[in-house]
Amino acid sequence: MKYLEEFQNPELARRLLDEIRATVTRPWALMEVCGGQTHTIIRHGIDQLLPDEVELIHGPGCPVCVTPLEVIDKALEIASRPDVIFCSFGDMLRVPGSDRDLFQVRSRGGDVRVVYSPLDALKIAQQNPHREVVFFGIGFETTAPPNAMTVHQARKLGIPNFSLLVSHVRVPPAIEAIMTSPSCRVQAFLAAGHVCSVMGMGEYPALADRFQVPIVVTGFEPLDILEGIRRTVRQLERGEHTVDNAYPRAVRSEGNPAAQAMLADVFEVTDRSWRGIGTIPDSGWRLSERYRDYDAEYRFSVDGITTREPAACRSGEVLQGLIKPHECEAFGTACTPRSPLGATMVSSEGACAAYYLYRRLGPTPTPQEASPVA
Amino acid sequence: MPTVDISGWTCPTPLRDQPRVVMGHGGGGALSAELVQQIFAPAFGGEILAQLGDSAAVSLGGVRLAFTTDSYVVRPLFFPGGCIGDLAVNGTVNDLAMSGARAAYLSCGFILEEGVEMPVVAGVADAMGAAARAAGVEVATGDTKVVEAGHGDGVYLNTAGIGLIPAGVDLRPQRVVPGDVVIVSGDIGLHGVAIMSVREGLEFGVEIESDCAALGGLVESMLAVTPDLHVLRDPTRGGLAAALCEIATASATGIVVQERAVPVPSAVANACAILGLDPMYVANEGKLVAFVPREHADAVLDAMRAHPLGAGARIIGETVETHPGMVVARTPLGGTRVVDLPLGEQLPRIC
Repeated sequence: MKYLEEFQNPELARRLLDEIRATVTRPWALMEVCGGQTHTIIRHGIDQLLPDEVELIHGPGCPVCVTPLEVIDKALEIASRPDVIFCSFGDMLRVPGSDRDLFQVRSRGGDVRVVYSPLDALKIAQQNPHREVVFFGIGFETTAPPNAMTVHQARKLGIPNFSLLVSHVRVPPAIEAIMTSPSCRVQAFLAAGHVCSVMGMGEYPALADRFQVPIVVTGFEPLDILEGIRRTVRQLERGEHTVDNAYPRAVRSEGNPAAQAMLADVFEVTDRSWRGIGTIPDSGWRLSERYRDYDAEYRFSVDGITTREPAACRSGEVLQGLIKPHECEAFGTACTPRSPLGATMVSSEGACAAYYLYRRLGPTPTPQEASPVA
Repeated sequence: MPTVDISGWTCPTPLRDQPRVVMGHGGGGALSAELVQQIFAPAFGGEILAQLGDSAAVSLGGVRLAFTTDSYVVRPLFFPGGCIGDLAVNGTVNDLAMSGARAAYLSCGFILEEGVEMPVVAGVADAMGAAARAAGVEVATGDTKVVEAGHGDGVYLNTAGIGLIPAGVDLRPQRVVPGDVVIVSGDIGLHGVAIMSVREGLEFGVEIESDCAALGGLVESMLAVTPDLHVLRDPTRGGLAAALCEIATASATGIVVQERAVPVPSAVANACAILGLDPMYVANEGKLVAFVPREHADAVLDAMRAHPLGAGARIIGETVETHPGMVVARTPLGGTRVVDLPLGEQLPRIC
């Protein structure tokens, strides 16, 4: 973990910034796909330090933000049942469904528990054989393999009272959806390093060729992100559009074959709805027919859930990079982390929450106030 | 691939109120503050309570006293570096110390769960006694209640305390002025990470111990240099960030923190990196943050460093006229970010 300090070295950061400044000659719009990268960018003020020509557009890569409202409502319904222990990663508890969140379910007596791994939920199922234990399996290619492994283990160990509520999504189809949107301004992508550590880089050359965009696999520490930006800008300036790996300490081009095999065994590709974006074909995973017994949606028959959504929130446009968070009329006034209108304000990785927490320099922020402190 | 139409995209109904108590109401953040301001303060009235300090400064028979109470519901009861008994003494002693008072007497209320083993109760009581003796405070009165099995976590504690405020000492956020120097007494985040590591069974490579300690002696050594300290705060729930935000709001001054100057031990930084937490929001139980007039800053810092509990003291920032009521951190890379009051409890991030 000594890397933490090394990859936040201000002197090296300055050198990378100088190189980026020396390279850039005209405006470019880069999208960082992953919410973890958005968080680092805003938390460290990286966007303030870049030359004006380099614009960062925050992508739809926050797993909490893009989980559809319908799935949240199903989670709330299942978690409210007295015979259920509902297990989730922490930051899903605050995401509002149509009328409540998991915290409120817990305050009404629901047994909702924060776990750090799906295997913890499996252990809880073993310890509570007379109760149904459900794990909320959300996220991208990074969280899907351990969830798949857990279902695989549940079957292997013969644990009948465990199931998974699945809402997994895949990055490449989302990139395709963004690039085919008529309003798209994205000229290059910083691809999510952790996704690539699992899936490898094989899905990206076709996208880079088809849309003529550089795709640079990028890590999550400040220096990782600056290096990803440096390589992306260099490609843009040269008129190149290749797939480059700026995160070799974690990403091999073939990815993690064992994890991929586990995904292929347990999941199957499906159309998936993304909050703020809509349905994207082949952009998600669900449990395959062989593991259907472990699918909480089937086990608890939570069909017929209808959602209710207000229209004030523009998180769809934020997730697409069409507007910056502070350009939404509700930002910081009607919509704050205390009373979020949308998931991008709920998750700490959501672009709106990151802007609110780290950019707001007045009680009721406006774009003018969102400038750095002198 | 259908084209994406954003015109109809919508998001969920906002949660504008909480019809029931949620865990965040006890997290020391915005929800806690709202609970106090919207329900408790109006119900009780009273000017002293309205100041919302960690302890109340009251006058009785011409004597200035600091008076405070605190409840302790920590799980597990015993953790690396201490137990609920140490916390219950040191936490209340520290709340008094933040008023400049030397704790004199404590009360102690035990709420025991039916079925808890006697050696556990004895262990907690012994730890309380030892902590009280170390802090030079006497447990003078107490109470015991037992709740049915399943209605508690073994042992809950409440302690109240009183102490004398020395003449010439007036520690209040309202005394903070632009130009004050902000000092923290040492490494942050140890208690919160220690509790998390045992509560969740997480291994961070090295055992992290709680910093649980009584700060009365450290405060005395600071006041010996100058009684003109402006405000002290022990950054417990909500961590350093919550303490700074509360002071910025109450004093209507801006605070600028040099993030690189904030002492975060590598074990805490690593644990927080793994969990997706911010060390600035993680609880401490043996640290204080001091707002000191600039002309006294060096002398106070020297006095703190000469004390065992202030050996790691560092200047982390200053108060400014700009952005009143707001805390801004300058990042190591040279950018800035707003440090906000946490909403409820910090939640581990998914990725």
